[in-house]
Amino acid sequence: MYLSMSDRNGGKKDQQPPAGADPAGPAGPRFRLSPVILWLGVVSMLTDVSSESVSAVLPLYITAFLGLSTIAFGILDGINQGASAIVRIAAGYASDRIGRPKPVAVAGYGLSMLARIGLLFAAGFWALTAVVTADRVGKGIRTAPRDALISVSAQPEHQARHFGVHRMLDSIGAATGPLLAFFVLMLIPNGYSTVFVVSLAFAALGVAVLVLLVPNLRTRPQDRKPGTKGQGKTGFRWRLLREPGLGRLLMAAGILGLLTVGDGFIYLVLQDRDAFAVQWFPLLYVGTNVVFLLLAIPLGRLADRWGKARVFILGHVALLACYLLAAVPVGGLGLTLACLVLLGAFYAATDGVLAALASQLTPPDKLATGLGTAQTVVALSRMTASVGFGVLWFAVGPAVAMGVVGVLLAAGVVASWFLLRGGVLHGAAA
Amino acid sequence: MSAAGRTARWGILLVITVLVIAAAGAYAANAFGRFQESRTAASAARVATGAAVLQKGSVLFRNTAPGQGYGTIGVVPLSDPAGERSLAAAACDRVYGTLQNIVCLRTNRGLVTNFEAAVLGPDWQPARSWALPGIPSRTRISPDGSLVATTVFVSGHAYGNGNFSTETSITAVQGGTVAGNLEDFALLVNGTRITAADRNIWGVTFAPGQRDTFYATAASSGRIWLVKGNIPARTLTAVYDGVECPSISPDGTRVAYKKNTGSALAVHWRVAYLDLASGKETVLSEPRSVDDQIEWLDDRTLLYGLARDGVAGDSDIWQITADPASRSSVFIEHAWSPSVVR
Repeated sequence: MYLSMSDRNGGKKDQQPPAGADPAGPAGPRFRLSPVILWLGVVSMLTDVSSESVSAVLPLYITAFLGLSTIAFGILDGINQGASAIVRIAAGYASDRIGRPKPVAVAGYGLSMLARIGLLFAAGFWALTAVVTADRVGKGIRTAPRDALISVSAQPEHQARHFGVHRMLDSIGAATGPLLAFFVLMLIPNGYSTVFVVSLAFAALGVAVLVLLVPNLRTRPQDRKPGTKGQGKTGFRWRLLREPGLGRLLMAAGILGLLTVGDGFIYLVLQDRDAFAVQWFPLLYVGTNVVFLLLAIPLGRLADRWGKARVFILGHVALLACYLLAAVPVGGLGLTLACLVLLGAFYAATDGVLAALASQLTPPDKLATGLGTAQTVVALSRMTASVGFGVLWFAVGPAVAMGVVGVLLAAGVVASWFLLRGGVLHGAAA
Repeated sequence: MSAAGRTARWGILLVITVLVIAAAGAYAANAFGRFQESRTAASAARVATGAAVLQKGSVLFRNTAPGQGYGTIGVVPLSDPAGERSLAAAACDRVYGTLQNIVCLRTNRGLVTNFEAAVLGPDWQPARSWALPGIPSRTRISPDGSLVATTVFVSGHAYGNGNFSTETSITAVQGGTVAGNLEDFALLVNGTRITAADRNIWGVTFAPGQRDTFYATAASSGRIWLVKGNIPARTLTAVYDGVECPSISPDGTRVAYKKNTGSALAVHWRVAYLDLASGKETVLSEPRSVDDQIEWLDDRTLLYGLARDGVAGDSDIWQITADPASRSSVFIEHAWSPSVVR
């Protein structure tokens, strides 16, 4: 384990080279990939193959195979997403209370695996709903403790790059899952149960790797017992007075999240004016994930060198550019591809980087709670954004709606720049 | 972790990995074998040896009998619907035909799965096809064979993030959009235009003898209406509440539909019809929930599909007389998506 609170935040600050210099150069420690992060990445990859293969075929399975109505599913899914967002904070809190995130992460991955078993037997609407809910709750539970494990295993100077490695492996799984599922259906047209069995196999392997290879790390110094965290708290508060801290980051993430409309809308805008996008609709998602996995590590490195908050904001500039490309009246393959690249870059610059930023601004004994809170803020604000954008879409049309959100996002980018300018942009640059 | 402990853990992981991959592989191989077998097995239905012929007085449907010809278009004469069926080579998820042409909505399976609508001529050869933005749900052709309506399920992105909605379009058989996406039509309820974001339109039925008029379902904020569509005016006007997937009778006097008697989350669709002149609704005795767009066999008999109990992917077409006392009976076994070629 690399960190205690002092060497992660306080001690390092004074020795840090001026902004713009390369802390990973001759003066800084060399990047060394922690095996814990590699294995956590493999766990996420296997789990994403499992979950994305199922979600790729679920609409087809529900409507074409089971012949169930899907409109009600949409309603329930909204409720599920809200529930999973709240579960994230609770799971983060639980893993902080235990002081070891691994058991909580195992519970989350395990619940999703059990949901896959349920899928083999679920036939009716309610059974299927229960299974999908269990899977979402499992995802909600595992995210914060997993990111806490990444954070404590990563070298402080290379936090974002380590998160980048993890997100890259994660995206490989997300891009592979749908292709694998459709490959199975190509061989066996009604082979949904085979897709579910293959998905269960990947989920089981993910849990096995997590249980057997990921060590049960502590997130706070060993000598501090759960009951006596008074001292840690004092230190945390004292630090918060000096640093703009998590509050400002959450505010900025919330503002930007409110202006991040779902990918689905962007894909629909592209589909509206480009026949290619209709034909290859499923590939838009895979394409975004491929860009995400290619850029996750380079942008993580950039975040470690140049500043995590800067890269986080820059990611939203990429999103803004994608909105503008989607809003211009001309269509064509080039614009569609450019938009996918920008969207993938947006995820690569924000997803792992936000986790790295949040973990840097959170004291060790509240690490998972802080990570869970940041994820919840992003998830809830993006959900709100999608609902609001839907209304705007029908009121003024897709192109104008994209333009309006683009202008607001430009303002949001400037606002978050000011919010994060102080300690977060510079002090927390590395 | 001690070195011995680490070796043991790796050993356990290796064993688990081998077992899991072997089990999943065996399952997949078995499923593939069963599929190959079922594809070459004799059909569960009686199949005529000759080629399928599209002619007046027949019923067109999707053949769901396990075995050879699963998913292809089937044809039976109206005089003997339970008898031998002839099969065409074209496979469809949803099919509808008139004497002039047939519309076939299908899923193109592959690493990238996509969906298309194809218009087939009387020789079953595709004359035209276009990409669909989602999973096929309903389709109709206007009585004169000139317009095609399609309804598909669209999810926010294709990978099931759960934001399902429908997209319904009207296209000219000869090419060119006539009406395009019906969500762009003005939806009028009691003279007020509804602009809410969650508007959904589905299940078009074309009024016989009126080229510009159709009926469909519109929904917004949990309310559902039967709407009357006007193509040149680009309007949808609500005429009745709680009507889903309307289907107009050949004489144009009644609209049959499914009516949700459960709740939004626990749906139960009864078969019902509406007398357009009097506005009187009649609910029929079919006890099972019917999720289909009903087809009229004649001016007083309804046809609809119901899944077979315990057999996923198979279904039967049922008939019921438009009379509350009438009981339903099987019309064509192992079949789905009927259309009567008049």
